[in-house]
Amino acid sequence: MTGAQVILECLKQEGVSVVFGYPGATIAPFYDALVLDGSIRHILVRQEQNAGHAASGYSRASGKVGVCCTTSGPGATNLITGLATAYMDSIPMVALTGQVRSDLLGRDVFQEADITGACEPFTKHSYLVTDAQELPRILKEAFHIASTGRPGPVLIDLPQDTLEREFQGEFKYPDRVDIIGYKPRTKGHPLQMKRAIDAIEKAERPIICAGGGVVSAKARRELIKFAEKLDIPVVSTLMGVGMMPTEHPLYMGMLGSHGIYSANYAIHHADLVILCGARVGDRAMAKPDQVAKKAEIIHIDIDPAEIGKNMRADIPIVGDIRLVLKSITEKCEEFSHKDWVDDLKQRKAEHTPIFRSIAGQVDPRNFMRTLSEEVSKRSKAILVADVGENQIWSANNFAFKGGRFLTSGGLGTMGYSLGAALGAKLAKPERQVFAVCGDGSFQMMMCELATLVQHDIPVKVVIMQNNRLGMVRELQDKLYDGRYSGVMLDGSPDFVKLAEAYGIPSERIEDDSDVNAAIDRMLSSQSPYVLVCRVAENIPSRQED
Amino acid sequence: MRYTITVLVQNHYGVLSKVAGLIARRGFNIASLAVGVTENPDVSRMTIAVDCDESGVEQVEKQLNKLIPTIKVKVLEEGSYLARELTMVKVSCNARQREEIMTLAELMHARIIDVTSTSLTLELTDTTARTENFISLMRPFGIKELVRTGISAIELGANTTKK
Repeated sequence: MTGAQVILECLKQEGVSVVFGYPGATIAPFYDALVLDGSIRHILVRQEQNAGHAASGYSRASGKVGVCCTTSGPGATNLITGLATAYMDSIPMVALTGQVRSDLLGRDVFQEADITGACEPFTKHSYLVTDAQELPRILKEAFHIASTGRPGPVLIDLPQDTLEREFQGEFKYPDRVDIIGYKPRTKGHPLQMKRAIDAIEKAERPIICAGGGVVSAKARRELIKFAEKLDIPVVSTLMGVGMMPTEHPLYMGMLGSHGIYSANYAIHHADLVILCGARVGDRAMAKPDQVAKKAEIIHIDIDPAEIGKNMRADIPIVGDIRLVLKSITEKCEEFSHKDWVDDLKQRKAEHTPIFRSIAGQVDPRNFMRTLSEEVSKRSKAILVADVGENQIWSANNFAFKGGRFLTSGGLGTMGYSLGAALGAKLAKPERQVFAVCGDGSFQMMMCELATLVQHDIPVKVVIMQNNRLGMVRELQDKLYDGRYSGVMLDGSPDFVKLAEAYGIPSERIEDDSDVNAAIDRMLSSQSPYVLVCRVAENIPSRQED
Repeated sequence: MRYTITVLVQNHYGVLSKVAGLIARRGFNIASLAVGVTENPDVSRMTIAVDCDESGVEQVEKQLNKLIPTIKVKVLEEGSYLARELTMVKVSCNARQREEIMTLAELMHARIIDVTSTSLTLELTDTTARTENFISLMRPFGIKELVRTGISAIELGANTTKK
């Protein structure tokens, strides 16, 4: 049994059924083991970065650890953006990279890159394995580290000779992990929980801010119960979108610079803010001090380093959000904050804009509303939004009932959606999976259309085409007196013809009146699909503008 | 303010770079960092001096705790520990000056560890404040080379920093 075969056995023990990757010389022994064994499906992407995004999408949709593999040197460096994206969004992933033979390490030989060194800031942990005997322990640790505590990507760098070496003795996958310095705390501290309950009981205008940590902790149900029993309105960060059903009477929308009025009003007028797995990033709260000045802050997070990092916390609770919320909900009596909730509800209703259709254009916000209506009639959808205006249009206008919203919220990686969507579709084949992107982000990842075709992955791609890098253009309008610099996307191909060249059904729509029928055709299609929407260049990302 | 942090880490290659990289990446300035193996050969101890404010040192502590090879992190409280650093200084010295330097060395509890006809090399193990004082005493003779390890710290009394 070679090192490569040992890895394969470990992956099987972890329940891995699919890996996303791109082969090369140094990782070839692993690819040989893959094909000889045949029980793990390999999805060949067209660029290594998308192997990372696909593993991320798979992980987010399945709740399991996504796995990707690339070769050394450029294969590994291409993967870095995928790892960094997953790291910023706390996505559990294991990345396997080939490496040059261990006796050649450090000599700048062909396709050598110090990938563990380069990825130090972008991984939760990394290993360079020079002894094949250590593989079972390291694989076990890697999956454990990736998926526990605050999840994140773990990198295992594998010199070719480690993959080729004969494993000595009998293979046995360890059944437990013992890492002396790694024991994530999951239960909240009882004293802080007590303080939190006291604060909640006293509060008149409490608000829950749900972040990506709620998703990681799989705490959606607990969040809803907590909010309902204590009658506390909820706002979400971009990463928390979709956890609270959009139409829920207690949901006040996404907050932040691209959020909606009622959410921002709520957070700035609350007397108690309950942060749940939200790191208080600058796009969600530009001036956390102002919020903290008026309100008491309870901060619940599995990662102690997040508490107090960007915002003062009066009551820090380190623990698993699901367990903490469950326990607080059980210990609290029912409350009513009727006046506060009614006030916010009214503000939300008053500030829900109606977007008037303009002939010859698709309004992307109306499109997202219609799409969510149509989808909800059929199944729970997974919507993967790319980065830019399309991301904000999606977050603010797609109504989530029980589906999922995936996006690159932390790193803001353009070109995330198609890779992530194909990973998500493999994890949840019974669900409709959409990749919503702009014409800028689409062109960063359109090579992956081939992956959809080759592996028969029926992802629906929606391209909001305005021939502009819209988000940057907005920025240039605002801060640079409208001097557009490098934001015109002239020269783009005809995306419908491009899709046809891949054998993917496709159509273009140019009016709001075409939307319903086009969505129906897209949803009825059993194959991958590309829907191009012609969008006016001046439609802003912000809902209120 | 300067904080002294003692860190127990797994004694693996690459751990030092993880620790140093993390502190630098988060925007904190390392004043000194000393590392060596402990009574347990699988564990190394680092003594890190950082210049930052209170919330800064809290972040450093929490972020260091997140590193997988980190076993224990403790920010040492002022007055709760002993800190020493080793300094070696090579000063220019002719026959006339030799006795004066030897007297100063004796007063400062420094040792002379190398002698040539034109130089003396002295070794001092002491607190940072006394080390600074010693260096300023040596400066008039002409410091040719100065080597400092940065501080190592141990807690006072029977307290230990252990997992």
